[in-house]
Amino acid sequence: MDIEQRKRELVKEFSPMLRKTTTISKIWIGFLIAVIAVGFYALILQFTKGHIVTGMRDNVVWGIYIINFIFFVCLSYSGAFIAGILHFFKTPWKNSVSRIVEITTVLSIIIGPIFILLCIGRLDRLHYLFLYPRIQSPITWDIIAILTDLIGCFLYLYLTFIPDFSILRDNSDDAPKWRKKLYSILSFGYQDTTSQRERLNKITRIMSTMIIAMAIVTYSVLAWIFSLTVQPGWNSTIFAPYFIIAGLYSGVSVIIVAMYLIRKYYHLNHYIRKVHFVGAGIILLVISLLFGYFTFTEYFSRWFSHKTHDIELLETLFNRYFWEFIFANYIGVLVPIGILFFKKFRTIKSITFAAVIAILGLWFNRYLIVVPTLETPYIPIQDTRPEFIHYSSTWIEWALSFTGIAAFILFFMLIMKLVPIIPISGIIDQERKSKKIKPKIIL
Amino acid sequence: MENKNSKTDSRRQFIKKISTGSIIAASGLALSSLSSCKETSQEKTTLLTTDGKLVQVPNSEIGELEHQHITPEESRQGIPGKKWVMVVDLGKCKNAKKCIEACDKHHNLTPDRPYIKVLEMKDNEKSSPYWMPKKCFQCDNPPCVKVCPVGATYKRTDGIVLIDNERCIGCRFCMAACPYSARVFNWGSSPDQEVTTAYSPETSIPSKIGTVGKCDFCPDMLRKNKLPHCVPSCPNGVIYFGDEIDDTVTNGEETVRLSTLLRDKAGYRYMEELGTKPRVYYLPPVDRLFPFEKSTEENSES
Repeated sequence: MDIEQRKRELVKEFSPMLRKTTTISKIWIGFLIAVIAVGFYALILQFTKGHIVTGMRDNVVWGIYIINFIFFVCLSYSGAFIAGILHFFKTPWKNSVSRIVEITTVLSIIIGPIFILLCIGRLDRLHYLFLYPRIQSPITWDIIAILTDLIGCFLYLYLTFIPDFSILRDNSDDAPKWRKKLYSILSFGYQDTTSQRERLNKITRIMSTMIIAMAIVTYSVLAWIFSLTVQPGWNSTIFAPYFIIAGLYSGVSVIIVAMYLIRKYYHLNHYIRKVHFVGAGIILLVISLLFGYFTFTEYFSRWFSHKTHDIELLETLFNRYFWEFIFANYIGVLVPIGILFFKKFRTIKSITFAAVIAILGLWFNRYLIVVPTLETPYIPIQDTRPEFIHYSSTWIEWALSFTGIAAFILFFMLIMKLVPIIPISGIIDQERKSKKIKPKIIL
Repeated sequence: MENKNSKTDSRRQFIKKISTGSIIAASGLALSSLSSCKETSQEKTTLLTTDGKLVQVPNSEIGELEHQHITPEESRQGIPGKKWVMVVDLGKCKNAKKCIEACDKHHNLTPDRPYIKVLEMKDNEKSSPYWMPKKCFQCDNPPCVKVCPVGATYKRTDGIVLIDNERCIGCRFCMAACPYSARVFNWGSSPDQEVTTAYSPETSIPSKIGTVGKCDFCPDMLRKNKLPHCVPSCPNGVIYFGDEIDDTVTNGEETVRLSTLLRDKAGYRYMEELGTKPRVYYLPPVDRLFPFEKSTEENSES
């Protein structure tokens, strides 16, 4: 089969996904926009009335915003890590999942930092971070790391998009004019010649290693925001690697869930197959074992050494936060291990279920790192106002959290309207290698 | 002997300061800016600056200087030649909360957002409870200053840690980093609507929404050679305040040598092991003036 013909065929196969919007996805988009609208209202309230509308107070100065921030940044980091690994080691089955991973990476690094902005009391002075930067502050490190990571991930994502943009440019004769023009601009004059292809492969390969390194730096710096303080629950030497493992844990899980949803709603059973789920499931199993080990070490050493303030923290965790603790650190680790360990349990549905449990467990794990520590400071809280003693998030914080998730899904859907979720160029490359199609003769 | 010396010392200093009048409030910075303006005024007064120099200042300028406004930029410099230090005698505190009232009044704070807290402490099961007034410890190795991304909180040469509320972006990293929970946040709109004076980090008023505040050792008072508001307001003389370089501290009634006080009464700093090097010392709750009493009415009020 001729390579050009195959390209046309694939574009034809994927174009309904790109151009037609089904009723279900229309309802979804409407719903997501509604969620975002509510979030927008909450944002206006927070802007006009100040942070008094949140559940944060003088002791618990950071709430679910920073938890979502950690969660999304870790998603991005692990996405970058996995994308890098998939590309660098030329994993055979990577093609079907690599784009899901890459989009996850870029979207979460855009949405994550928005949550940290919600934490900031004076957004009108945000530019002071660049006007009066203090390099000693871990926040400054974080800004540098995240901005670098954002640019790096964006470049990487774009590099992987170029071949597909070029295929779409050449093969969408019946597409609307704006779409053709967009593809022609975005494909950057890529013609898929052998030398161009080799150069692009080389750059993508270099970028894939770079984003792995950047991701490790970004996430370590994020962990240091907590572990460089003297607070009892945070001042831990293993926080940076612990956060990296935790990031991978939630990242792989989110990718599994995304794979499941995309497979189901876009009928891509042919491309995203059980082998992908089993592969990702085994990775998740390894990471869940590591994550459980790190969690155990962290709490075990605190419990065994029995320092006063550590014990106060553990008592809070085992009394006030008992169920959250059990869910985050027992169910959230042991259930995925239990499902993924046995071969007969490794079905698409059960692997996805394990991933959902892992995501929820990890979110609560972050919550238990941030909130109870702030509720048990060195100097005992002696306040009669309940909101100053214990943190409870308000609807504004939840509305804005769900807005983040909604924006993530919405942007994901919009990107899937722009490029096929299964890289066409990747399919071509694979088939070229296996000699199923004849190369185009370039004179 | 030493005590006597210290008393005469401080008296002499006091007289010296009186002679320079309120001009000291202008501080070195203000004076240097003054000397640069070459106006030839008729009458001049010779004055001693805080760094020990004699300067001639036109009489017409003196009145204005009393109300010298310390800008955020100027507030980054400490008062020259000073190292402020505080000593809190836990044996004298009975939770009268007068220090909190005075502080709230002068910093225009609402009772739900005080800079000073009087905590009920009990070190272990056997030891007896005591009251512990807690302000900002003005650490020499301040965890809050380390983490500020914009330099809105800073350590001055005179030992005070201040916050510039016009610089603060409200990220609250300093609050999360402070092991002593010394900082408060302006969560809602500020109660200072009626305050018309220009903002200065040295007075901390008017407070600004979305920024961090804390006990500041009242540098505006120190520039006027007065004690921070909490010190004279205490009916029991719990709080001593002074200069580490002079080695003297006073609670408004008696003036004592800092080193002698710390030695004789076994002064300590709260959680020394954290390495923050606080500038607030505590004297252990021995030889109590009052028995420990919990007034339930007061507790329910706060």
